[in-house]
Amino acid sequence: MQTAKNLSDYNKELREALDNTFLRGAMEKFATAYPVGRANAFREYDVNALIDEVAKVKDAGISRLNELYAEFKAKAEANGIKVHWAKDGDEANEIVARIAKENSCKKIVKSKSMTAEETLLNHRLEKDNLEVIETDLGEWIIQLRSEGPSHMVMPAIHLSRYQVAELFSQVTKQDQSTDIQRLVKVARRELRRQYAEADMGISGANFAIAETGTIGLMTNEGNARLVTTLPRVHVAIAGIDKLCGSLNDALKILRVVPKNATGQAITSYVTWISGANECQSAPGGKKEMHIIFLDNGRSEMAKDPLFAQVLRCVRCGACANVCPVYRMVGGHQMGHIYIGAIGLILTYFFHGKEKARNLVQNCINCEACKHICAAGIDLPRLIKELHSRILDEEGHPLPSLLLGKLMKNRKLFHTFLRTAKMAQRPLTGGTQYIRHLPHIFSKDHGFKALPAIAAKPFRDRFEALKPRVSAPKYRVALFSGCVQDFVYPEQLEAAVKVLGAHGVEIDFPMDQSCCGLPLQMMGEKKASIDVARQNIEAMAGSYDYIITLCASCASHLKHNYPFLLGENDAQAKAFAAKVIPFSAFMTDVLGVTDEKFTQTHQRATMHAPCHLCRGMGVVEQPRKLLALGGYEYAQAEQEQVCCGFGGTYSAKFPGVSEQILKNKLADAARTAAEVLVTECPGCIMQLRGGAELNKSGFAVRHIAEVLADHLK
Amino acid sequence: MGPTPEVLEKFRKKAELVSAIVSEVDSMAQAIAYTVDLCSQKEACQLLMSGCEESLSDKGRDLCELKQFGKIIAAPALNDADLAELVKQAASREISVIKDGMRSHLAGIDIGFTVADYGIGETGSLVIDSSSEELRLATMVSEIHVAVIPKSRIRATTEDMYDELKAFQSRKPNYLAFVTGASRTADIERVLALGVHGPLELHILILEDK
Repeated sequence: MQTAKNLSDYNKELREALDNTFLRGAMEKFATAYPVGRANAFREYDVNALIDEVAKVKDAGISRLNELYAEFKAKAEANGIKVHWAKDGDEANEIVARIAKENSCKKIVKSKSMTAEETLLNHRLEKDNLEVIETDLGEWIIQLRSEGPSHMVMPAIHLSRYQVAELFSQVTKQDQSTDIQRLVKVARRELRRQYAEADMGISGANFAIAETGTIGLMTNEGNARLVTTLPRVHVAIAGIDKLCGSLNDALKILRVVPKNATGQAITSYVTWISGANECQSAPGGKKEMHIIFLDNGRSEMAKDPLFAQVLRCVRCGACANVCPVYRMVGGHQMGHIYIGAIGLILTYFFHGKEKARNLVQNCINCEACKHICAAGIDLPRLIKELHSRILDEEGHPLPSLLLGKLMKNRKLFHTFLRTAKMAQRPLTGGTQYIRHLPHIFSKDHGFKALPAIAAKPFRDRFEALKPRVSAPKYRVALFSGCVQDFVYPEQLEAAVKVLGAHGVEIDFPMDQSCCGLPLQMMGEKKASIDVARQNIEAMAGSYDYIITLCASCASHLKHNYPFLLGENDAQAKAFAAKVIPFSAFMTDVLGVTDEKFTQTHQRATMHAPCHLCRGMGVVEQPRKLLALGGYEYAQAEQEQVCCGFGGTYSAKFPGVSEQILKNKLADAARTAAEVLVTECPGCIMQLRGGAELNKSGFAVRHIAEVLADHLK
Repeated sequence: MGPTPEVLEKFRKKAELVSAIVSEVDSMAQAIAYTVDLCSQKEACQLLMSGCEESLSDKGRDLCELKQFGKIIAAPALNDADLAELVKQAASREISVIKDGMRSHLAGIDIGFTVADYGIGETGSLVIDSSSEELRLATMVSEIHVAVIPKSRIRATTEDMYDELKAFQSRKPNYLAFVTGASRTADIERVLALGVHGPLELHILILEDK
């Protein structure tokens, strides 16, 4: 639940979570176990094809929700079920309260429903003195602790067996052991009594199949079966997005969700309820059954060309499972009621701007969620879009506006950087790092040594470096991005050297500026569009390729430019088509061999930049290039996990960034490599700064640099 | 037409992966003998009321005391001939057989004995029409669920039984269950625990029905 009023308060809460050693350990174990389980579950399948199917089925449903609702209602009502539409959470809660009253219910057992969490249903029912008992083990635990879920599938993942034992001791007024198997048995026995006594059962629904008026429920514990069987009244509550056309649609979703959620082929129980079934405790022997469909803004969302895809979400929780920020701080900080990347988005729509304001900034933009989503939702883009929307609605903060204004004007921006070089002198002590942070930053930002701005930017060196190539194989333009141009010009120099030696003619168009990603990260969408146009103009020469050594620039230029300028912008499309990362150009286009490189077999490990391995789909090329370049490649276990930089993210959330970095460095150290190689200056800034301060014992280099070192 | 050996093998493997105990039987009599053996081999006190050996609240304990001594097998949907066979075999081992009245046994019974409608090879799941409340409860409040699945009814995927599944859902009303392994949870520290609300064990008996 979000209570923080501003970013500073929110950072304090994040700090507390970071300092919770049990939570950190639990999250860490989960984050390493989950990908293995998932990969195993999907081993015999074409995952992307399955996910595409889910997206297709959901999109088809989203485009005709009203029609599906009408069909479902007709079918279900013919089958003895009463179907309700609730325009918002309050209305849904009132309907449940009314049903309880009309049927003289006193005690309610519930199986897990995120929708009921969304509407805070329990609070409303307790106002009427109804006793409400959650029966999902995790939900029961957090209910007893008066907490919200910290994960959509595993709501009590933040708690230890010791905490549960203490809690159960209070509940049973008996001492309980901390043995998990025994604690589960205690819950079994205590809850069995509740089912027997309850007169109403409340469930969610994972599917609502229109053609037969059937609801489908996935559970592992089997509690939904008892909840829907024993009490005389059953109320199911579901978002209208759970409607689907046919059983076939539902089966396609069922094939993906358990695998993506927990690495299970299928949940232990899948229950399909069509109509009001036999119930011996009900008058007439037939269940009093209701289904409440909750709108709560979903109908409006369905009409939004960009945000309609949010309704594809099947609540598997995978976007949290792979999120590096979730891994550090857990679900209570990485969501309000809904958790993870989707939670950041849903919070804005269901629980308002107040609750979402800080959350939408806590995305490091690593795209891990986008690539794991069961329904192919472009989560990071939607989060950025919301951030920008909130700023537009509430007014942009001054520093962000100024940055936008500054970066829109390349000359002004570059003059600023050159001036900053002079201003930093007292801080660097003549080294390549900023040795002393200005006092206001030093407390939170001192976890990495920050690089100094280079004495001479690449743009001022290029004319002298430009290789003279006769009969070039390719003519390419170099897109530097601001970090390499002004901080790490030596990386570009190395690339120029290696490319030149392979017969490539290189140009460096001087009018290029920042790619604009930092602006987008800060929610300054308009300024980022202006910058995109300027860069496309600047790079308009007749080049075969536009090469970047910065993964974030590459993925922003290639994927976000066409999005920002409109999919029909031919210039943006043609520009984007030419963009290629350095390692992909070297291997896929040039097809370099090992002949030009001295083979020292120095042990090297890699950090795969988020925007390279996921953003650009470039995974094997840098590994291959490293080997061709004469290094022994040692794969780090967490090679593809974010380094914690995220551009402006590390400045906004230094505590989280620091912890992600520490984990990353430890992972790299386990390979016993002498050098950690990557292909993004942002990652280098983070990793090298961290390695320097932590005395990690390995060098951090750009792949172009290590290749240049070995060039014969 | 029965399943191919590959489908059968996959069904067994997938079911075993989620800790189901899979065996093959030649006849219903053999399936019944298996079930009665299983029931009599179990320690009654452990079998009877899982959780009752733990420290419980006073109210939680009340329900344990409702349970009478003696072992019970519930077989709500069995045909008369098979039921007679089960009663006969069970009686010799001092096990009672019930086919209804499950609501008075909510504290737990030893074994729920059912015949499944279909088997799904892809996931090792059983498809069980659970429209009868007695049957639904028998498969939930039992400590062990023994399900017989006729071999000819095991198919590769849900798509291969699509018309049949849809036919179930088109009945008015219908309660259909896919059951895969025993009831499980990992809600405390992600440690797997079987039998949180439903059966602690699932036994699948593949019945030769050529």
